[in-house]
Amino acid sequence: MTQQQVLQEYLLRLADSDMILGQRLSELTGKAPAVEEELAVMNVALDLVGQARNWYEYAAELIDDGRDADKLVFLRDAHDYRNLLMVEQPNDDYAVTIARQFFFDVWHYFTMKSLVNASDERVANIAAKAVKEATYHLRRSSEWVKRMGDGTEESHRRIQDAFNLLWRFTGELVTPDEIDQAMFEAGIGPDPEQLKQDWFGMVREVAAQATLTTGEEDAWMYMGGKRGEHTEHLGHILAVMQFLPRAYPDATTW
Amino acid sequence: MYAQMVDTGTKRLKTLEEMSPEERDFQEKVDAETKIEAKNWMPDGYRKTLIRQISQHAHSEIVGMLPEGNWVTRAPTLKRKLQLMAKIQDEAGHGLYLYSAMETLGADRDEEIQKLHDGKAKYSSIFNYPTLNWSDMGAVGWLVDGAAIVNQVVLQRTSYGPYSRAMVRICKEESFHQRQGYQILLDMMREGTQEQKDMVQDSINRLWWPALMMFGPHDDESPNSQQSMVWKIKRKSNDELRQMFIDQTIPQLEFLGCTVPDPDLKWNEERGHYDFGDIDWKEFYDVLKGDGPCNHERISTRRKAIDEGAWVREAAVAYAAKQKQRAAKAA
Repeated sequence: MTQQQVLQEYLLRLADSDMILGQRLSELTGKAPAVEEELAVMNVALDLVGQARNWYEYAAELIDDGRDADKLVFLRDAHDYRNLLMVEQPNDDYAVTIARQFFFDVWHYFTMKSLVNASDERVANIAAKAVKEATYHLRRSSEWVKRMGDGTEESHRRIQDAFNLLWRFTGELVTPDEIDQAMFEAGIGPDPEQLKQDWFGMVREVAAQATLTTGEEDAWMYMGGKRGEHTEHLGHILAVMQFLPRAYPDATTW
Repeated sequence: MYAQMVDTGTKRLKTLEEMSPEERDFQEKVDAETKIEAKNWMPDGYRKTLIRQISQHAHSEIVGMLPEGNWVTRAPTLKRKLQLMAKIQDEAGHGLYLYSAMETLGADRDEEIQKLHDGKAKYSSIFNYPTLNWSDMGAVGWLVDGAAIVNQVVLQRTSYGPYSRAMVRICKEESFHQRQGYQILLDMMREGTQEQKDMVQDSINRLWWPALMMFGPHDDESPNSQQSMVWKIKRKSNDELRQMFIDQTIPQLEFLGCTVPDPDLKWNEERGHYDFGDIDWKEFYDVLKGDGPCNHERISTRRKAIDEGAWVREAAVAYAAKQKQRAAKAA
């Protein structure tokens, strides 16, 4: 793989994770537990899809095979998607929605914070905007983890169950592969070791405040999203999301 | 407009002589176009009518997110998805803003939402129609937001200050939504395939009459309008507003190159307005009663969201109470 191919691959990971989580959150339209949450959920979803667009546009320029950002979103199949398995997990109850968001947000925040200093100027610029949004997202999801964890008996049980349920997808956030390693060495991606420490540090701190327990670092982890090996959920997400461009392949404008 | 057939609780209008001194003072303020504020005295009927109207309006914003939620996950491009998400977010904001305006009148948001879920409060009939293809996202923006704006522009001058100010802000965003909606249709009509053009016409065929129904029954069938007009909660009659909407919409329709399913629609030179056919009022009243295509789905979705979210709201309350206690202990 050339340096540029590695970067393309890395950009698609960032883009796809943002996109799929944004898609999942938009499924909640009109179904959030309070009007304030309707606003907050859509706000986060909007930020994520907006960030995804920025990453896709850069990726499309590098790939340079005639595909634009829309084609990357709407015409790739699941095995070409590079998102983290975490973000494709279903909304389930609101505790799962929040736990998924929190685990992602911690990863996202530290990743964006690091990418602000990337040697690649375009990456640094996109991250500079994204980190502001990611900071707010993390503050919001941490607050909800604490409210649920230290709220009522029921909310504590639900958020603890959600932590347990999703723990197996956290390994992928902090386990680097050769792409992550190469991006770090190129002065673009975060230091994998540092990212892992930061992620566990923050997650454990918030969990403690929320009176929750977290899983073990060496627990069995379900991974593969970054390589295009997904859970069964992604195919269904894409079936919905890509319906129109697939059903009307002759349409060039919407 | 997102409010239809709001009951004022009055059988006939009082003359100034029949009013108590407070009522007369209030009415004179209204007549002089002085805004009524939350702290001012107001007749009980005025307060109740406003609570009904503003809550209906707020409920409509929230229920109105559902037909769009039906397509936000299937928006065909990043641009359209982002636009639709932003529109939905605006609507949630309008809902919050309107519930707050309503609470200045002493009403409680949770209680009013409960009335909606119990079938005792209404929301705009339009949201009981399904969104069946993508171009409905364009047609809803153009026709439904368009109809809402005709009414809301007038409501910017409504007599109750907080409601009037909410309308000013909401109108700005709604006209943005309307233009975006129209653009969706225009792009498909100009550059789309035949299938896409058919989609647009299909959306207009289905949504045209329901959009006209948004203005409510004919003036002579609208027993509460008169009192609302005197209180200047309402500033123009249902039929006037409907005519305004049709007159401004038909040229836009022609520019699209589409038609409406009304053989009687034609320009009347003498009146300086479009004539149009009879609205199916039976359908209107059926939908209002609960017998529309999506009444059941809309309310059960909303009820489920709020019922299943109860534990989340309770957690937030319990956590806040604990934090307060801790802060008190620490102090």
